[in-house]
Amino acid sequence: MAKILMKGNEAIAAAAIKGGCKFFFGYPITPQNELPEYMARELHKTGGCFVQAESEVAAINMVYGAAGAGARVMTSSSSPGIALKQEGISYIAGAELPCVIVNISRGGPGLGGIQPAQADYFQNTRGGGNGDYRLLVYAPATLQEAVDLTMEAFDAADYYRNPVVISGDGMIGQMMEPIEFKEPKKRDLSPKDWATDGTKGEREPNIINSLALDPAELEKHNIRLQEKYDLMEKNEVRYEAYNMENAEVVIVAYGTTSRVVKNAIAALKEEGINVGLIRPITLWPYPMKAFDQIPHTTKALLCVEMSMGQMIDDVKIANKGRLPVHFYGRSGGMVPAPDEIVGKVKEILGGER
Amino acid sequence: MTAVFERTNGLKDLPTHYCPGCTHGIIHRLVGEVLEELNLLGKAIGVAPVGCSVLAYDYFNCDMHEAAHGRAPAVATGIKRVHKDAAVFTYQGDGDLASIGAAEIVHAAHRGEKITTIFVNNAIYGMTGGQMAPTTLIGQKATTAPFGRDKNHSGMPLRVSEMLATITGAVFVERVSVDTPANIRKAKKAIKKAFEVQMAGQGFGIVEVLSTCPTNWGLSPIEALGWLRENMIPYYPLGNFRTPQEVK
Repeated sequence: MAKILMKGNEAIAAAAIKGGCKFFFGYPITPQNELPEYMARELHKTGGCFVQAESEVAAINMVYGAAGAGARVMTSSSSPGIALKQEGISYIAGAELPCVIVNISRGGPGLGGIQPAQADYFQNTRGGGNGDYRLLVYAPATLQEAVDLTMEAFDAADYYRNPVVISGDGMIGQMMEPIEFKEPKKRDLSPKDWATDGTKGEREPNIINSLALDPAELEKHNIRLQEKYDLMEKNEVRYEAYNMENAEVVIVAYGTTSRVVKNAIAALKEEGINVGLIRPITLWPYPMKAFDQIPHTTKALLCVEMSMGQMIDDVKIANKGRLPVHFYGRSGGMVPAPDEIVGKVKEILGGER
Repeated sequence: MTAVFERTNGLKDLPTHYCPGCTHGIIHRLVGEVLEELNLLGKAIGVAPVGCSVLAYDYFNCDMHEAAHGRAPAVATGIKRVHKDAAVFTYQGDGDLASIGAAEIVHAAHRGEKITTIFVNNAIYGMTGGQMAPTTLIGQKATTAPFGRDKNHSGMPLRVSEMLATITGAVFVERVSVDTPANIRKAKKAIKKAFEVQMAGQGFGIVEVLSTCPTNWGLSPIEALGWLRENMIPYYPLGNFRTPQEVK
């Protein structure tokens, strides 16, 4: 199939439809508006349905209802909107329902701004909702990857009966790149015999629920959920290890930031400085094992984020105290330039060169 | 021998957790009977609220979905958009519907969402222990209105049916009570109509049911029924606020 030029938000929406998404419930917030707008135009053509909810809270609860009813369903928002959805996300995770949630994030805290940021790392990977739950979080760096991961996300969500987050930032949402819709990786899926689709008088009633008043029951539920999350950690980790051979410094960055880092790596190479990149594609489960492959030539790690430092906690955990961990971050919607990262790497290597 | 009165198949054969004298049991039974009589149990999908009726999903003999506090109309919207032919209903108390879920119920009605809402109004938060609700009457004592609800401090009690009746998408709105056998029969009729409106695809239907809370009102079950009659009905008048011509 020929490549087509699309804007990130629309590409994700188109990929979702191709991935089998039939229902979309959302609420406008910049910089992700082209996504619900695309759904409003296109989803009905597939026999699906778009509804603009009265709030993000209502939108995620519509997702909760539709997911419980057995549909492939999606919502999208941006940082403060995702904050509002956290209640529903916790319920959906608790009730073990599949859905896809897109966060095209912007600067915060609070209302923040509308420019790209990665300051929702905690919100995406730790959750703002209550209780012990985890989400599978994909962080694409290119629109092609965004399309591929979105198409796969619906199968992954169904497979684990768990919400899957596509974590992009305003840059991913707003930029245009050529993309190609490829056949996604298919999983072996069980029928949704748990769904609330009416008994038709043929089976016992199904109940979608996240309430367990008996503490022993709730603990059992949490242990079972944890076993599922353990399986996700075992099977779903994705990352890219880039230019790692003889690296003096290994940078850890994801999404938009990793693209800037790649430019910095090229510039440093011209100066004879070898720098590698670990690029998490899944922010959760985090690619801890990628850090075991760091070469002996590496003197330090550098975490680069469009935040004041959120992923750096995972970098430190993954590093297990082996190497010094440095940080370079821009915040508020500022995107770092390659020469800023070049400067930081040189500063780290400083006296040693 | 001919059976003249039987347990409805609309409810599971289980004892409920409700307090003695609470009218949730009656209202559950009416909904169950209506679903059975309209032959809707196989296509019914109910949404349970947070509050006293949080365990409603255990009692109705149909598919059920438990929602977060106040969000039942949004959850029901998601379900109904997926299964257009299903009989989707929410069962909500006054804290759930009139307070934290006010936006969800207004907008489900506003969209003309083809669902049925059973709104149980007992003028108090029951499950959490008798705190003030938006529907608590002026002068009525609650744990968070220990001197009685004061209009200047907390506003007037919210009349939900009157409010929703101003919304075009709400095609069936009726307030009933379950304090007497005659009123219980009227309540059942209203619930039946609300489901018929939904199944005819006419829009959103809500039945507000005035209900008792003997435990948190500090009254015996019989006294509670009297209190409902003397205090609630004058402020929350019974009657139909909207009916589409076709189902009159």
